[in-house]
Amino acid sequence: MCGNEALAEAAIIAGVDAYFGYPITPQNEITAYMSKRMPEEGRVFVQSESELAAINMVFGASATGKRTMTTSSSPGISLMQEGISYLSGAELPAVVVNVMRGGPGLGNIAPSQGDYFQATRGGGHGDYRTITLGPSSVQELADCMSLAFDLADQYRMTVVVLADGFLGQMMEPVVLDKKPRRKLPPKDWALTGAEGREQNIVRSLWLGEGVLEELNYKLQAKYEQVQKNEVICEEYEVDDAEIVVVAYGIAARIVRSAVNKAREEGIKAGWIRPITLWPFPTKQINRAAEELRIFLTVEMSCGQMVEDVKLAVAGKAPVLFYGRAGGSVPSVDEVLERIRQLTIPANKQKVKSKK
Amino acid sequence: MKTVFTRTATLKDCPTHYCPGCGHGIAHRLIAEAIDELGIRGRTIGIAPVGCAVLAYDYLDVDMIEVAHGRAPAVATGMKRTNPDKIIFSYQGDGDLAAIGTAEIIHAAHRAEQLTVVFINNAVFGMTGGQMAPTTVLGQVTATTQKGREAIGEGYPLQICELLAVLPGAIYIERCSVYNPAQVRKTKKAIKHAFELQVNGAEGLSLVEVLSPCPTYWRMTPAKAMEWIEKEMTKTFPLGCLKSFELTK
Ligand SMILES: Cc1ncc(C[n+]2csc(CCOP(=O)(O)OP(=O)(O)O)c2C)c(N)n1
Ligand code: SF4
Ligand SMILES: [Mg+2]
Repeated sequence: MCGNEALAEAAIIAGVDAYFGYPITPQNEITAYMSKRMPEEGRVFVQSESELAAINMVFGASATGKRTMTTSSSPGISLMQEGISYLSGAELPAVVVNVMRGGPGLGNIAPSQGDYFQATRGGGHGDYRTITLGPSSVQELADCMSLAFDLADQYRMTVVVLADGFLGQMMEPVVLDKKPRRKLPPKDWALTGAEGREQNIVRSLWLGEGVLEELNYKLQAKYEQVQKNEVICEEYEVDDAEIVVVAYGIAARIVRSAVNKAREEGIKAGWIRPITLWPFPTKQINRAAEELRIFLTVEMSCGQMVEDVKLAVAGKAPVLFYGRAGGSVPSVDEVLERIRQLTIPANKQKVKSKK
Repeated sequence: MKTVFTRTATLKDCPTHYCPGCGHGIAHRLIAEAIDELGIRGRTIGIAPVGCAVLAYDYLDVDMIEVAHGRAPAVATGMKRTNPDKIIFSYQGDGDLAAIGTAEIIHAAHRAEQLTVVFINNAVFGMTGGQMAPTTVLGQVTATTQKGREAIGEGYPLQICELLAVLPGAIYIERCSVYNPAQVRKTKKAIKHAFELQVNGAEGLSLVEVLSPCPTYWRMTPAKAMEWIEKEMTKTFPLGCLKSFELTK
């Protein structure tokens, strides 16, 4: 299965009631797959007239208590930012998958990680956060769908699954199974018709003095809980490493190969892979920076996550960056070469290159 | 003593934030009456626009949502598709529906969504201070057409009912007004019909446009504003049913 289809089927297994989307490469397989599978399951599929409409259809379905999602790629996700801000203000759960492509503008359709800022900072207006997951294999992409829905429902937040064109198109074996679900709070806020109860109102406008400020503090308290409880990251050979490479998503797989090769050459290298990009594994990286070592961040962008790595390292160690942008992907050899340059003293490097 | 008129249950008993002589309040009451007469309060979900009626949920005692400017028909689609047994209506101004939300209303109609739309045309953006709306009539002075609207450069008034009526997915389209009691009664009938169609599962979108006064930004007294609708506004926006749909009994 390709990543796009795997995540679509995983969403169905996770109980998505309604899918809304507008075609865009490189995620068209999802829309096509959902158009076939959702009706088969007796669930809702609508091809919307735009991403603006898609995210607002999600807004409507979510407000009635349904599990709902949309998927798109970078330019379409930009159009959804208004909707995500409203979802955040109204505290409605939603899952948004971004199969990133090269930007800015129409860019190209090659894989990219250029939307990290948009996803983790919140590309819409106002003080809000979206939980952001950065899977690095088709299996993990599929697995994170049920997690995404659970997190969305538990915290009443938008969860962004940040994939890229590579992951979406790539074929890998994948096991789709029903993972145990979280125990979730009842959706007593949902709009179901006010039969026998007072009206429910879903809103994000708060005009009274100080009321919106209160809401913002409430949201922040919720975000703190997410930061406390939901960080996921993976580490490899960090303990004795003189260089730790930080990467997520498909870039992390390139890094893994480069680090393995470096180890074979006797370079003490390790890696850290954030799986939740927000909440970011700040503590884990900060802990790794207790020892004097170099941090290298590798991304398919001009350097976005590296800012979070710097914040996490907090000046305790040098943080360097290597990236390729505009839909280009760093090669294992390029990353390995960077690792060598940063770890092998200059005089030895020269000798080596003369050979 | 015999009670001849009472506030209908779905209309809340509270002071209004609307300006004196504003048409929004009348439209709210007509919606509440229609909901109560059809006995659908318990399964109705309303959508408030961005505009002067953003707080419609303060007056209408049904489950309600407030949505981004113009996006109500998309939100309504998400609700109705996942809850076919619920009655979903959107309440939208002319800025909301005919400017920023034109794509959403056209496509909801085009997909034949089973929705009820109450479209309040007051020929201005009330909430933001009386700027030109797509529905501002030619020659009308607004905050952004200070010499009166000119067709070339500022555009012709957008006739939403005429535009939607050609779409097969729009099944009931009627333009009404509230400038006198007879018109209010007609509007009530139309709004109720638009709900009734949805209750009966008629396959398509119903929209009732209401020519509605904004005395504040028309810079008129409430009485003069009503007169202006009758004498002036209806020239550009003729009243009547543009597309009818009869339920077979
Ligand atoms: C995206 C966005 N753009 C602009 C606004 C500002 N705004 C609020 S209401 C409104 C126009 C409302 O006019 P209309 O829909 O005619 O409603 P009325 O107040 O006349 O009833 C505008 C432009 C906004 N809230 N959101
Ligand atoms: S500004 Fe106009 S539309 Fe808004 S409340 Fe006042 S009269 Fe009504
Ligand atoms: Mg208006």
